[in-house]
Amino acid sequence: MSAAPGHVTATAQDVAKVYLERDGRQLVVGLAGTWQISAHLPGTTAIEAALDGDPAPDGIRFDAAAIEGWDSSVLTFLMGVEDEAESRSIPVNREGLPDGVRRLVELARAVPERGTRSDDGKISPLPRLGRFGLKVYDGALDELRFLGEAAEAFGRFLRGKASYRRSDLRLLIQQAGADALGIASLVSLLFGLILAFVGAVQLQQFGAAIYVADLVGVGMVRDMAAFMTAIIVAGRSGAAYAAQIGTMKVTEEIDALRTTGISPMEFLVVPRIVALVVMMPLLTVYADLMGILGGYLVGTGLLDISPRAYYQQTVNAVNMTHFIPGVIKGTVYGLLVALAGCKQGMDAGSSASAVGDAATKAVVTGVVAIIVACGLAQVISYVFGI
Amino acid sequence: MSDSGMAAANSPPSDQISVRGLTMAYGDFVVMRDINFDVSPGEVFVIMGGSGCGKSTLMRHLLGMIEPARGEIFYHGESFTKGDADVRDSYLRRFGVLFQGGALWSSMTLAENIALPLEEYTELPASDVRNVASLKLALVGLRGFEDYYPSEISGGMRKRAGLARAMALDPEILFVDEPSAGLDPISSHLLDELILELRESLGTTFVVVTHELASIFAIATKAIFLDTTTRTATALGHPAELRDHSKDPAVRAFLRRGEEENE
Repeated sequence: MSAAPGHVTATAQDVAKVYLERDGRQLVVGLAGTWQISAHLPGTTAIEAALDGDPAPDGIRFDAAAIEGWDSSVLTFLMGVEDEAESRSIPVNREGLPDGVRRLVELARAVPERGTRSDDGKISPLPRLGRFGLKVYDGALDELRFLGEAAEAFGRFLRGKASYRRSDLRLLIQQAGADALGIASLVSLLFGLILAFVGAVQLQQFGAAIYVADLVGVGMVRDMAAFMTAIIVAGRSGAAYAAQIGTMKVTEEIDALRTTGISPMEFLVVPRIVALVVMMPLLTVYADLMGILGGYLVGTGLLDISPRAYYQQTVNAVNMTHFIPGVIKGTVYGLLVALAGCKQGMDAGSSASAVGDAATKAVVTGVVAIIVACGLAQVISYVFGI
Repeated sequence: MSDSGMAAANSPPSDQISVRGLTMAYGDFVVMRDINFDVSPGEVFVIMGGSGCGKSTLMRHLLGMIEPARGEIFYHGESFTKGDADVRDSYLRRFGVLFQGGALWSSMTLAENIALPLEEYTELPASDVRNVASLKLALVGLRGFEDYYPSEISGGMRKRAGLARAMALDPEILFVDEPSAGLDPISSHLLDELILELRESLGTTFVVVTHELASIFAIATKAIFLDTTTRTATALGHPAELRDHSKDPAVRAFLRRGEEENE
């Protein structure tokens, strides 16, 4: 054996050791010590250097006489060595390895590596832009299809032909409306208080504190009551609808409906839309009152406005041209939240995590839709001078 | 397409179920190509194959839940895949489906689950609907469970309740997806017995998706083997026959759990 003096290439807490020796044109990889997966593993850089050396070795063999113990860490290392050798077409002789190690390496090598999945990161910008465009287009078509189907199912509902359970609808109405009263009260009362405080700071400078009643009354009735209620409903009912329908998709309940010949649109989506479209105007009116009550508390408690004057001022300020648009907005927001929730539920994937994703997306798209609709409403009322 | 019965490709589609040249694909990805078979009334037809080979996908095609990339599915010689919505609905009404986990509607009691298709498609008064629902539950051994919700009963019971719902309208074909999935050996055996009993007494045709060998040998009168590597059906016939005489080693290996043939 005309081996060059061996040298230690890697040590790990002086347990697992690798020695490299040359035996003619063969590279001998010596393994020594105790190999443990919990310890630091020797790398393959020294071996790569030896493989690239001049003259290049024409084969690798192993000498594991000094190995004291091993677990899968040695396999990990050997797979690395073999991958390096394979990429340089250098043959590997596994005879020097302990029997168990050799059998496991053979097992791991038994099935050739499968083509790795294609990576979107490697696609150049233009095709990626194209794909993005197609995705947006498909998404828009999908949205339209959903709206169309929902409208068709709603039409059947109005003609009394839709198949749904009245008890489901009653329960949905209760959940969307009565069960939301607590949180709607709290949020609109506080919002009324906040509006009053913000207004008071400015208006008191002009000695016009009484106009806080106008600000709160008109602000709540025209916009803020519907807006705040819609945000609450998006978080409560919108997310719940996505989760309910998404879960039904995972458990194949939607498929079961379809194969029974019952349209999930009529059975699940329409009752939810109806529940929110019926309850949102009522919740909005309720939130109007709670908001005005909040303003009243600040006005009479802190701004020394007499209860009678505050009441009179509010009644004079708020009229039907504020009230009706507010209620209409609330109804529209309710429709948007219900559509967003049901759409995300129907689009949910078929894994457990998909339900959580659907609920999140339902809230996000619901809130975005509310804000966009609110902005549009402002523009429309400005243009038409309502 | 070497085994007996594969001549289906050229015979006219006149049986209860006939599939001709069916190719299933998701987008560009072909799952299975050129599948042909016939199922006669009262048969228990098993769709078998390794995991992920497209067994459930084939069932979804048979139910019209996925459109075939190519080929046609016929019921009683009438094209189901090319038929309009009314034709499809009229057939769907004659089918029952038992999904993997039972897929009971979780917001309804067992009786309401079974009542829904009855209310939808029959003129029965409410009291009769209730009685029919009770009967169907009794048939699957769930007497007295009418007012339980799906979440209150075990997985095996849910599956049986799912079968009761699938049987609500006395279907002529019952589709069953993985009957033994998630069931202990005894419950699974009981479900097999139930399938055989229903076939015997009501003459219902069954289409069963499974890879459970014990089940296959116990219930199948005819089986089709979907092969993942060749992406086509490689065997059609009685499973015991296929195990002993199929020309395809993959089919023989599947039906012997991959164990060596000791001859």
